[in-house]
Amino acid sequence: MNDSPDFDKMSCPMPLLDHDTVQLAHGAGGRLSADFIEKLILPRFRSAELEKLEDQAVLDLPPGRLAFSTDTFVVSPIFFPGGDIGDLAVNGTINDVAMSGAKPLALSVGFVLEEGLPLADFHRILCSMEQAAKAANVRIVTGDTKVVGKGHCDGIFINTSGLGVIPDGLNLSAASLVSGDAIILSGTLADHGMAVMTVREGLSFQSTVTSDTAALNGLIEVILGVCPEVRTMRDPTRGGAATSLNEFAVASGVGIRLEDDQLPVRPDVMGACEILGIDPLYVANEGKLIAVVPGEAATRVVTAMRAHALGADAVVIGEVVSDHPGLVTLRTGLGAERIVDMPVGEQLPRIC
Amino acid sequence: MCLAVPGKVLEKFEENGLPMGLIDYSGTRNNACLAYTPEAAVGDYVIVHAGFALQILNEQEAADSLAELARLAEFMDADRKAAPNQTGSDS
Amino acid sequence: MKYLSEFRDPELARGLLDEIRRTITRPWVIMEICGGQTHSIMRHGIDQLLPDEITLVHGPGCPVCVTPLETIDRALAVARREDVIFTSFGDMLRVPGSRDDLFRVKSRGGDVRMVYSPLEAVKLARENPDREVVFLAVGFETTAPGNAMAIKLAAAEGMENFSEIVSHVLVPPAMEAILASPQNRVQGFLAAGHVCAIMGWQEYEPIAGRHRVPIVPTGFEPVDILDGILKTLRMLERGEFGVENQYQRAVRQQGNPAARAVIDEVYQVCDRKWRGIGTIAGSGLAVRPELARYDAELKFEVQDIRTEEPAQCISGEILQGLKKPNECPAFGKECTPQSPLGATMVSSEGACAAYFKYSRGNRP
Repeated sequence: MNDSPDFDKMSCPMPLLDHDTVQLAHGAGGRLSADFIEKLILPRFRSAELEKLEDQAVLDLPPGRLAFSTDTFVVSPIFFPGGDIGDLAVNGTINDVAMSGAKPLALSVGFVLEEGLPLADFHRILCSMEQAAKAANVRIVTGDTKVVGKGHCDGIFINTSGLGVIPDGLNLSAASLVSGDAIILSGTLADHGMAVMTVREGLSFQSTVTSDTAALNGLIEVILGVCPEVRTMRDPTRGGAATSLNEFAVASGVGIRLEDDQLPVRPDVMGACEILGIDPLYVANEGKLIAVVPGEAATRVVTAMRAHALGADAVVIGEVVSDHPGLVTLRTGLGAERIVDMPVGEQLPRIC
Repeated sequence: MCLAVPGKVLEKFEENGLPMGLIDYSGTRNNACLAYTPEAAVGDYVIVHAGFALQILNEQEAADSLAELARLAEFMDADRKAAPNQTGSDS
Repeated sequence: MKYLSEFRDPELARGLLDEIRRTITRPWVIMEICGGQTHSIMRHGIDQLLPDEITLVHGPGCPVCVTPLETIDRALAVARREDVIFTSFGDMLRVPGSRDDLFRVKSRGGDVRMVYSPLEAVKLARENPDREVVFLAVGFETTAPGNAMAIKLAAAEGMENFSEIVSHVLVPPAMEAILASPQNRVQGFLAAGHVCAIMGWQEYEPIAGRHRVPIVPTGFEPVDILDGILKTLRMLERGEFGVENQYQRAVRQQGNPAARAVIDEVYQVCDRKWRGIGTIAGSGLAVRPELARYDAELKFEVQDIRTEEPAQCISGEILQGLKKPNECPAFGKECTPQSPLGATMVSSEGACAAYFKYSRGNRP
């Protein structure tokens, strides 16, 4: 964060409360709890359903198939360059719903707060969530808050679940890839994972790398607009692009061949990967998607994506092939072809 | 072993009695100990391993190596064009 | 000059490959010592591009892989202690001991923390005077100067709560052991470039002379490796032996005298057991007796634990270059990166892990 005045935060002033930190009573359901929700949480998630404060949200949804997704966010540290756990929680679930081709409509939010979490931190996260939801035009319609004793969770855990409706005629599936399809990546790899890694304890880096957390439903509408025949889309989060691509290859029983020269990576991210000995293909992204489209649609899809703020660096990174079914390979800068395997566990910095 | 990466020295300072440098790797930066490369100047490139600069990279040697390899590549290229069936390089 | 992309230039690589093909007249076996070089070879597919007459054998250049089982078990015993903050490089966290690893100790409540530099471990000791901070000092000569400086700094500040479990290994004795083995088939070596940046290449001249082999200190980028292979090949084809430096921008004959001096100040040469290979005389470093208070193995009376290497694991033969990973009956079956039997599969630098990840020869 820089020092110049942050006008977003000025429109999001923190209400005065009796405590500085989260208390067990805040989650207990009594008056302190109600106060907490009304003063701190509700103002951030203004929605007709939420304000009713019923036990459930009743929604009038357009007709069509429902896409439904849930995810729990436990990232540490909770604040990192370019975002926080709140951004991830909102954008992450919106993206999971949107990848099916659905228009995301509503989110639920469940908080587990650690006793002692500074309320200023919680407020900051709530503001991030408010802004993320607004930017994506998705409402938060129901939620829950629990407080656990000190040491029983890492500051804050957030679960979000999301609903969306899939337009008729769209049938995206990871099992539908065929030889000749093009693999399109919406932008640079590894930004989020390296942003978080460079602020981890024990790795004292100064970095310009920031998380790319973003809601991709707008970009997806653009893609569907020019290519409703898109085979499948996925946001390569944990495990990186390599994981998503391996999943596609196995689901469809096809091979995927990537071009090393085409993989977009920012120089500062590459620098961080080099020092730590980490491969960008295995690092999490939170504001990128992989779209597989019929070969002849590739150019028009990339052009349309590049016109959108979140797809400015969109590029074809490879193609679906009938060789080596179930495997993903990479053609190196030297022209050799090597396998891109599924990662084993978390990527760890190495000295070796 | 020995994952060591070239980085550029941006600043020099002292910490806990040790000479340190702020090293830049295309935009990502960290601090590395310069105890083993005390003559490194701002603007020099050093190779950094586990938070220590091991050696100052010699620009002249690097340039010489690259020039020699470029000459070899050109020669092989000319060779390949003159007799395309013989060298059989694939890519 | 950025020193990276220039040494990945496909044009230069192509020129080198062509010249390698033009030069070679018979089969040769070349070993690259360093795990980082193995990684680069696999990552860029260099082994696929070389003529078949060159057999590249992966040497024991993975300090993580060769750390003896006893050392890991002792480290785990120390890490389990409540008064200890146990620090380590990332690579060591998943290496299995007899029946545990640092990750699991951490998940059961042990205070195990990853650091990028040993100075961060010293910093933790400075900031936590009531806790014992132990650092797992593993590596070849490349990492020794940094690990030595950590002890030197702790001593200068009069710290009582910092110590290291030292499992350093030295390259030249390992090379001698490989060359002296009756089953040896290695005819030339790419020496580890960053080890040589510290130690220089003087130690290799007598080895090259005694065994009449070419030894070429080599860098890590694809162009470096191909250049190193070409230089080795030229010597082999001409029947020459000796040391020729490929990594000229980083390696000088004397290496880095300041770094060597601090290594000598803090550590002394000792015999060292290499996991899977056995004891090689004079191949390790240990804390000097006058600095014994910084030696964690002495400080914490850690019981000797009996080692139980899985019977099927042939890491030793792989580390010596006698077998390739795909020649192990357990490779890809009982032994995979997800369920490793030995260190060459656990460490991402290990020959078996690199093979599994990058080569297509072994897919079911």
